[in-house]
Amino acid sequence: MGQITLTDVHKSFGSTVIIPKINLEIEDGEFVVFVGPSGCGKSTLLRLIAGLEDTSAGTISIDGRDVTQAAPAKRGLAMVFQSYALYPHMTVAKNIAFPLKMAGESPETIERKVQDAARVLNLTNYLERRPGQLSGGQRQRVAIGRAIVRNPSAFLFDEPLSNLDAALRGTMRLEISELHQQLKTTMIYVTHDQVEAMTMADKIVVLNAGNIEQVGSPLDLYRNPKNLFVAGFIGSPKMNLIEGAEADKRGAKTIGIRPEHLALSTDKGDWKGTVGVTERLGADTFVHVHANSLGTLNVRAGGEVQLDHGQTVFLTPDPAKLHRFGADGKAM
Amino acid sequence: MARSVTTGHKAIATAGAWIVALLIFFPILYTIITSFKSETEAIAGFDLIPSFTTESYAEVQSQYNYFKPFLNSVLLSVGSTVIALAIAIPAAWSMAFSPTRRTKDILMWMLSTKMMPAVAVLFPMYIIFRDLGLLDSRIGLMIMLTMINLPIVVWMLYTYFREIPGEILEAARMDGASLWNEIVYVLTPMAVPGIASTMLLNIILAWNEAFWTIRLTTTDAAPLTAFISSFSSPQGLFWAKLSAASTLAIAPILIMGWFSQKQLVRGLTFGAVK
Repeated sequence: MGQITLTDVHKSFGSTVIIPKINLEIEDGEFVVFVGPSGCGKSTLLRLIAGLEDTSAGTISIDGRDVTQAAPAKRGLAMVFQSYALYPHMTVAKNIAFPLKMAGESPETIERKVQDAARVLNLTNYLERRPGQLSGGQRQRVAIGRAIVRNPSAFLFDEPLSNLDAALRGTMRLEISELHQQLKTTMIYVTHDQVEAMTMADKIVVLNAGNIEQVGSPLDLYRNPKNLFVAGFIGSPKMNLIEGAEADKRGAKTIGIRPEHLALSTDKGDWKGTVGVTERLGADTFVHVHANSLGTLNVRAGGEVQLDHGQTVFLTPDPAKLHRFGADGKAM
Repeated sequence: MARSVTTGHKAIATAGAWIVALLIFFPILYTIITSFKSETEAIAGFDLIPSFTTESYAEVQSQYNYFKPFLNSVLLSVGSTVIALAIAIPAAWSMAFSPTRRTKDILMWMLSTKMMPAVAVLFPMYIIFRDLGLLDSRIGLMIMLTMINLPIVVWMLYTYFREIPGEILEAARMDGASLWNEIVYVLTPMAVPGIASTMLLNIILAWNEAFWTIRLTTTDAAPLTAFISSFSSPQGLFWAKLSAASTLAIAPILIMGWFSQKQLVRGLTFGAVK
């Protein structure tokens, strides 16, 4: 089991408020991603759940048990750190065995569990090595191994992939998702990378300045952002946000349209502009169109589209996919 | 662009390093050479080739008791190091892992005590030692040596502990380690190299300390530093014997330093480059 409930959780360091007040429900077995820009309080929130930081006010409960004052080890959670935080003087086997040894398990149980974890994570051939002799990806797997042997009620990941190169990040992303499918244990994952959030999460929690902006499934957030912040943060490339006359015409302060919801034509359309940079990704081409008072708009076109720099083009937004935001930044 | 280092530059740099090293080492070398001269040779003037007589050593051994000051030196340097580490490890630990707003000030204040000339407190210290009956006692000197080296020991350990990533200790806490387990299984093994080089350096500093060891002792607690200085006695200077005594005094620490040089260099440059 791993149901986690945060009730009116508040955290401040001295007079600096990091998290004003947060209420959040995490269901058992869910893969929840905390996403937001640097300094939005996502890591602090994770550390509060882990017990590595004291909660200034409010309660945290796991499976109905109030753990607000409990020591980290008493919460039944396991954490994977950004720096891996492996014990450099211990072999891989000893690293993985450490939490079991601390829990006073018998040597036979420890041996069996370490072997099991090593098999799941493809570490069997590296058990006698030290962390210094492993690659980044292998170290991360050892850190995960150390977490899974404890059979925790939830896993906490603090930006675990940010030290890896792009290719490895992609592979490890899949491995962690695969692990979640196998274990079906609650996972809370912190990242500033919205692609990681979109691809891995069952539920995304978007944080900004210590507040929850929106909670929902990846596609829910993508399709129905509740405010400008979520609209601008979720989605890659970003949603085009337009202010001024076009927005006024639609009775909004700001309108938003995603690159794939703009139709591109060389002869007619609603908005006129000239072609700037074109980014060819193979299957898709992203065209940056300078559309006078509307600013520069990013448009998704087919991989085969042929456009010259400076060429005049016309854009037509799909009215059904247009997002309208009021003066308070909230969706209308 | 990387700077290109030609073979010529390297040769000049190497030669320069050797010259500096020899200049620093020369007084020690000359002391050793002089110790193998006869007393007449020794006062005759500068000469690098001795007659290789061991008469000075024989005389030092027969007339003066080398073993007692040697034993005192060992006891004082090891004893003061043990006390200093016992105080400094918890101090540096708390400053490194739970710093407060005043931690930096405390560290600076501790270091500032090293900036004061020792002679400035000679009288008060002497009177305190006299009144407490600590003059010429090993325990008194051990306390003194601990006090003068403690700032450096705390600083060195603090620098070492700071290098241990906090996340590793947090990982240990998540893994269910109690504070005691954290110290035994995680922190100490990671800090052993640092503690070892701090220990070595402190032994050397304590072994070589001459100001207080000479002034606060007469016979019972006198270490090798006092033993050497006793050779510049009213009977006149006996260069060869003084050199023999000096060689005997520095030999143990020189040998120890030689075998532990790798550890020492690491200790002294730790934290300078990541």
